[in-house]
Amino acid sequence: MNAAKPTPDAPYTTIIGLEVHVQLQTKTKLFCGCSTKFGAEPNTQVCPTCLGLPGSLPVMNRHAFELAMKAALALDCRIAPFTKWDRKNYFYPDLPKGYQISQFDLPFSSDGHLEVVDPKGAFVPRTVGIVRVHLEEDAGKSMHDEAAGTADSRIDLNRAGTPLCEIVTQPDLRSPQEARAWLNELKLLLVYLGVSDCNMQEGSLRVDANVNLHIPLPDGRVAKTPIVEIKNMNSFRSVERALVYEAARQWGEWQETKAELGRTPKQTRGWDDPAGITRAQRHKEESSDYRYFPEPDLVPVTVTEQQVAIVRAGMGEPPPVLRKSLADRWKIPAYDADVLVNQGRELVDYFEDLATRVGEGKVASNWMQQDVLRTLNERGGTIGEFPVRPEALADLIGRVAQGDFDTSRGREIFAEVLASGRSVADVVASLGIAAVGEDDLVALCRQLIEENPKIVADVKGGKEQAAAGLIGQAKKKNPNVNPGKVRQLCLDLIRGL
Amino acid sequence: MQPAELSAVELVTAVRQGDLTATQCTEAFLGRIERHDGQINAFLRIDREGALRRAADIDERRRAGRPIGPLAGLPVAVKDVLCTADLPTTCASRMLENFRPPYDADVVRRLREADAVIVGKTNMDEFAMGGSNENSAFGPVRNPWDLSRAPGGSSGGSAACVAADLAPAAIGSDTGGSIRQPAGLCGITGLKPTYGRVSRRGLIAFASSLDQVGPMARSAADCALLMETIAGHDPGDSTSLTAAVPRYTDLLEQPLSGVRIGRVPEHYAEGLDPEVAKGVDEAFAVFKAAGATVHDIRMPHAKYGVPTYYLIAPCEASSNLARYDGAHYGHRAEPGRGHRAEPGQGHGSTERGGAGFESPLVEMYCRSRAEGFGPEVKRRIMLGTYALSAGYYDAYYAKALKVRRLIRQDYLDAFQEVDLIGGPVSATPAFKLGEKTGDPLAMYLVDLYTVATNLAGVGGISFPCGFTKAGLPIGFQLQSPALGETLLLRASDRFQRLTDWHQRRPKTFR
Amino acid sequence: MTLSRQEVAKVGTLARLALSDSDLDTMTSELSKIVGFVSLLEELDTANVEPLAHPLDTQNVFRDDVPAASLPTAAALQSAPRHDDRYFLVPAVLGESGAA
Repeated sequence: MNAAKPTPDAPYTTIIGLEVHVQLQTKTKLFCGCSTKFGAEPNTQVCPTCLGLPGSLPVMNRHAFELAMKAALALDCRIAPFTKWDRKNYFYPDLPKGYQISQFDLPFSSDGHLEVVDPKGAFVPRTVGIVRVHLEEDAGKSMHDEAAGTADSRIDLNRAGTPLCEIVTQPDLRSPQEARAWLNELKLLLVYLGVSDCNMQEGSLRVDANVNLHIPLPDGRVAKTPIVEIKNMNSFRSVERALVYEAARQWGEWQETKAELGRTPKQTRGWDDPAGITRAQRHKEESSDYRYFPEPDLVPVTVTEQQVAIVRAGMGEPPPVLRKSLADRWKIPAYDADVLVNQGRELVDYFEDLATRVGEGKVASNWMQQDVLRTLNERGGTIGEFPVRPEALADLIGRVAQGDFDTSRGREIFAEVLASGRSVADVVASLGIAAVGEDDLVALCRQLIEENPKIVADVKGGKEQAAAGLIGQAKKKNPNVNPGKVRQLCLDLIRGL
Repeated sequence: MQPAELSAVELVTAVRQGDLTATQCTEAFLGRIERHDGQINAFLRIDREGALRRAADIDERRRAGRPIGPLAGLPVAVKDVLCTADLPTTCASRMLENFRPPYDADVVRRLREADAVIVGKTNMDEFAMGGSNENSAFGPVRNPWDLSRAPGGSSGGSAACVAADLAPAAIGSDTGGSIRQPAGLCGITGLKPTYGRVSRRGLIAFASSLDQVGPMARSAADCALLMETIAGHDPGDSTSLTAAVPRYTDLLEQPLSGVRIGRVPEHYAEGLDPEVAKGVDEAFAVFKAAGATVHDIRMPHAKYGVPTYYLIAPCEASSNLARYDGAHYGHRAEPGRGHRAEPGQGHGSTERGGAGFESPLVEMYCRSRAEGFGPEVKRRIMLGTYALSAGYYDAYYAKALKVRRLIRQDYLDAFQEVDLIGGPVSATPAFKLGEKTGDPLAMYLVDLYTVATNLAGVGGISFPCGFTKAGLPIGFQLQSPALGETLLLRASDRFQRLTDWHQRRPKTFR
Repeated sequence: MTLSRQEVAKVGTLARLALSDSDLDTMTSELSKIVGFVSLLEELDTANVEPLAHPLDTQNVFRDDVPAASLPTAAALQSAPRHDDRYFLVPAVLGESGAA
């Protein structure tokens, strides 16, 4: 039940806001030179600074700040001319300093938006406001192994100090489906920019959702259920499922209790994916007083219009812009552009290389979608690793356009080139593909007409489409024939009889 | 030549010229430490072996004609607030009693590279919080001029060590006066550089926007020598200044004519000991005779310095000391023993935590910190936590930051009219041990003349300008605009050429 | 300015400091005195004054995104009260992250 507007089955509107944390794709941590590579042995990527040892000090990673700025600009945020960092104080074993260096009242960017459009029209285009994007450090990892039977948790601080962008949206999403689609759009954008690899499995993208319901009452008032924060969703699909569950749960709770927003403190619930439910988490009062104050070990950062312009210039076209310009540039439908852009910049580059060589957009786009993408998905791997390079494919497409052989023959050649690694010319030659001479073609058609009196009679009787039956036979006799030519020739010959 | 009678400048010259070996210097001071420190308790750790090994290496290199550093052979004592990779670093706290840092502070690295010989780590007020060195978990330091009195704090160990000639030079730290005030009470010279002039990397933080590391020695000339080594930009400290470091030692010899020194009438308030007032006045007279002019100036917000400091410093400290929770280093309480929590502390379920704590983890935090920290540290953590907490932030911490700006403006305005500000460094000479420990506020007021320097981030130096009838040193303080160390050292050096207060030594330790 | 015992207990929890009965009494009276003293700042009108968090006006200090040597694990763990040569060990951490 993903209605954006109240319906008789679900007479409420679901209001969703998201809080996304993305790890920035820098080589080193935000405040020290330790590596940020995923998967290292525990506590091997640590130093006095990220360990929070006595006397240690932070120094800001310039590249992290630049990547964060890129993300904010792509989200159409305003970049603050003056920004600073603050300490968020709380005690937890994965936070060795006893505080997280984050941004509180002067984040480096705010007031942006990102639109999500479903090309199939499952929901109306939704522009989601971005409240703020700020830059902070990640905490380490604590692991508790119940099975091991010890009373201890193990702490690995490799992740502590990794640069994070926190992206907070306005509660503008109206369905779980939209939320999932928006997250995909955000991920696509950030991957395009090279800001983050947004890999939820590796923890480089994490999402919390805030959701409540707006319920129109008979008296004209709109009742609002208490906002619930959902944590522990490990994939975009989980996000959608969790929101579906939670909306239904809140609706059920509303019908029972009529409890409204403002009467109770904000609740946190954890998503349990195997069980498919959200569970209330223990309420922690004191720990929510973070006692923010300006970080004295870091100095403020000023950003000029010029610097913003430089970052903007180095960004390239982000997906929303790229979709439109690709469609315009190559005269392909919006749907095509969407499919291509959603596969990533590398594939778009391949397409543009191909289209340039072929000299035409739609044909190139068709081959990309029907052949390249299909086989890419079957084989796995990236477009960069794809064995058929744009030059080779363009050559193939060119030969089809010339009439050397038809499209379906072309596909066979493509498959063979892919499988064998040989060149197009090689495969064409070895398959014995050669243009069929005009005389041979006429002779063949005459033969077919002799062998198929019924079809001839049908055609003469007005059923031209019956001629199609001759094409299959023609191909069996000589695979190199051009079906279009065969059909035309046969029709001409029959008419002449 | 008796090394203990030489200044730091004379010592390094002697070693460089071959008149003394590094080993002779080091042995001489180690001997004095062994003979006298029992009475003073200036040292928490003496590194006899390490020091002699280093001295031997320096002597070896010198004999072989290989280069030796500008401080070669100079024994230096380092306040135990600075990380040394080869020695435990405790901050005079049970919390860090066995802590061994895996790295050297930037200042320590610089000293080593200059071939100074670190003889040990000095005692201090715990986590640099205090004005008498009575807050140490390892016993108080006694003032060499009168062993029943405090040396001042928090760099009491470093100050006493130099005063008793247990080392010719020491390194201290100053957050609200912790170099200058003990220097004043012990009759030695101590410099708090401009904020950011010396790297804070490896300085165990008390209040990050106030802390500075500085030299303590018998004279301004000696401090100048040390500053040339320890000052300078450190890319590992974001608050470190990039300005070039002047050759302080070359710039000492310049006349003072034309230098304008401010005098603040507000300083001469009720609590100022009359002998101190007299000593300070006489110092002004010396400066006048040397060609400087003295002008009365206003520092309208002077009286708000201490309350401002005692909000900002504890707030930053409450956060800086949060890392001492028993999890990754430092003292961890034994599980299941001791201390019960108050009902109402830690809340809710006690299913797995004993004694009212919400979990074994929280219990570990609360008991480790209760056991590891002394009373003054706990007080300041509590005060800082309170002043930053929801509902109080604006009235206390934010308010203090605003007053800080007013105080800094006082300095900016004053330095439009004068080049230096002079005055007392402490309202009284050294007080008796135990005299102020019953009243935290009374102890806070010993910082009366020194906190504003840190709040404004400017430079300050103190040196002896006389003695009381009871034979206790009287300290004089000069403050300069930011990056005014050259003038501070120059003016103090000139004073020390015209007087000999700085050459007096306590009878007991001659 | 007097703080209540309850307020002080709450601060103790925030600060993760175990306070015995008598500690709480002493701390309440000491803190009340100190807070009373620092409240002197209320005398000043600071409505149009900007806070000063850093004493000097340094800005824009960065470092390059260049890897530097990390500590060997043994060094990282050398002062840890409990560890297993790979991880720091602490009493069980239950539930979600400490940040609400």
